[in-house]
Amino acid sequence: MSLSIKDDEIDIVIGALRPDLTSFMNEWRTIFSRFHLIIVKDPDLKEELKIPEGFNLDVYKKPDIDRVVGTSTSTIFSGYSCRYFGYLVSRKKYIISVDDDCYPAKDNKGILVDAVAQHITNLTTPATPFFFNTLYDPFTEGADFVRGYPFSLRSGVQCALSCGLWLNLADYDAPTQALKPEERNSRYVDAVLTVPARTLMPISGINIAFNREVIGPALLPSLRLGGEGKFRWETMEDIWSGMCVKVVCDHLGLGVKTGMPYVWRNDRGDAIASLRKEWEGVKLMEEVVPFFQSVRLSREATTTEDCVAEVANVVKEQLGTKDPMFARAAKAMLDWVKLWKSVGSST
Amino acid sequence: MADPATISPATLLKDELDIVIPTIRNLDFLEMWRPFFQPYHLIIVQDGDPSKAIKVPEGFDYELYNRNDINRILGPKASCISFKDSACRCFGYMVSKKKYIYTIDDDCFVAKDPSGKDINALEQHIKNLLSPSTPFFFNTLYDPYRAGADFVRGYPFSLREGVPTAVSHGLWLNIPDYDAPTQLVKPLERNTRYVDAVMTIPKGTLFPMCGMNLAFDRELIGPAMYFGLMGDGQPIGRYDDMWAGWCTKVICDHLGWGVKTGLPYIWHSKASNPFVNLRKEYKGIYWQEELIPFFQSVTLPKDCTSVQKCYTEIAKQVKAKLGKVDDYFNKLADAMVTWIEAWDELNPSGASKSSDLPNGASK
Repeated sequence: MSLSIKDDEIDIVIGALRPDLTSFMNEWRTIFSRFHLIIVKDPDLKEELKIPEGFNLDVYKKPDIDRVVGTSTSTIFSGYSCRYFGYLVSRKKYIISVDDDCYPAKDNKGILVDAVAQHITNLTTPATPFFFNTLYDPFTEGADFVRGYPFSLRSGVQCALSCGLWLNLADYDAPTQALKPEERNSRYVDAVLTVPARTLMPISGINIAFNREVIGPALLPSLRLGGEGKFRWETMEDIWSGMCVKVVCDHLGLGVKTGMPYVWRNDRGDAIASLRKEWEGVKLMEEVVPFFQSVRLSREATTTEDCVAEVANVVKEQLGTKDPMFARAAKAMLDWVKLWKSVGSST
Repeated sequence: MADPATISPATLLKDELDIVIPTIRNLDFLEMWRPFFQPYHLIIVQDGDPSKAIKVPEGFDYELYNRNDINRILGPKASCISFKDSACRCFGYMVSKKKYIYTIDDDCFVAKDPSGKDINALEQHIKNLLSPSTPFFFNTLYDPYRAGADFVRGYPFSLREGVPTAVSHGLWLNIPDYDAPTQLVKPLERNTRYVDAVMTIPKGTLFPMCGMNLAFDRELIGPAMYFGLMGDGQPIGRYDDMWAGWCTKVICDHLGWGVKTGLPYIWHSKASNPFVNLRKEYKGIYWQEELIPFFQSVTLPKDCTSVQKCYTEIAKQVKAKLGKVDDYFNKLADAMVTWIEAWDELNPSGASKSSDLPNGASK
């Protein structure tokens, strides 16, 4: 952990899609207990939450969400999107968020991975999006920029987003996992790297961290699949949000890193059942990816909120007519910017 | 399609791959590589004094070229091949008749993976070249075609076939490939991190290509692998592979081919003298500030449908835009044209597949 980062600059936001968080919280205790936690209960979840003692936390449930944003708006926080409420009400500089079915992983030496520390390291060291370093993260111990790396690019840019990975159950889509039901990710890749500028990738929400002060409004609940469900195989909300974030970061000259830390993702759900129920998300990406690859923001968009609003307008114009889901997403993005300005901004 | 894991790739490409090695001293390092290299044909390009005899260990099938051979074969065009610099290795690419090239430095040895097993670098390069690349969208689990990995959620299915891989860029344990200033500041730093990944470098992104442990599809991208004018009589050194890498990447991006980086690792044993390096590199260090924006902004017209056409176009732009940085770039641009002429002379189309893509006019 960087000595210059104080623990009270960090919020850990957990979206609770299942009521019993006992084993989840206990597994993470040694890593989480020094930080403030925001737990947001999926408003659709009926059962009471079970949370073990000994944590510094705030829990938000449906009535709380209703009170802050109004009952009509609170529907945007259903399912996996409940965590965005946590992002909204947090006032910390850094947010780390993991799914509630993930435990700490062990590295190649069998040592428990402190995912929080690694995310914070990623966010507080520069990113290098303009030229690829073949030894990956040049700021890590034992590495550096290689021969041929221009010196003017070696100070890098601020890192706004840190995307972690998953051992065991990887974040595959339902068709892929259904085809390879026994496949588990056992490869621990000891690297962090910057995703190059203008390169897009699927940003998974399962294990993610960001600088809320710099990029907060760009992580947003907007795209909701018709059959969206309570398994990641049945959602695309994070992938959509991640595309927006990357486009905004590229425009504002901010960096996005990917790689470590790993979390251990527990087996859950049935890929075939999810596939039968929801294949729409998979088809969608055929439109979504070329669209985001073509988005160019204007010179006047100099704040994250402005960027998000611009993306929303382009979504409305270019995708809105193709599918009402996109039109709804565009509206949700614009509503989010307003919500962020009224509720999310620090006074 | 047969699982590449069940067919030994060594058997698969034995007659389709040449190993190109530049050397000025000796080839003792080949002893360590014998189990992996012996089935293959070697092309040795002898740099420096041609009267010196290079001893090749017994049992290897090879051809050896020294400066006299290069002059004899290329005549006046030999001026494009560097003298007293390992950049001369690209002569080996030109005279090869194989589909694939693997090039390695003579101070690179077999590395061990974390389990202690010897790494067959050639086998991994072949795996990299024979499986597709994915330059249009980044896969967060890296190479999706490796055993135990796949495309992640959100990766469009239409992009999952990938594109042909033109280049496989390997890495190095022990002595890292740092520039002179970094070497001076960190003389004791050793790369001990084994990163178990191969990944495609995204389209539109440049990288520093190191020629120490490099493989490529010669039929696809060979003509772009010109290692420039370095060494004797030239103002710069240690930018040969960088130059080839930037040209290659721009052309691969234009023609829709992939460049991979990551595994395999080799063990780099010799740290070159940083003061000597500094003198060689020093112009490059500030020239590259001009070179990078140049390569980042190069656009190739649609009618550049072959590597040669792309390369000639880049040479034109080098002269137009970099000539004013230093007269060296005028000479380099001319040398680039000479290289293509020499390449085409030694590799008449029909013999090699390095010709236009479908829909382009053939030569």
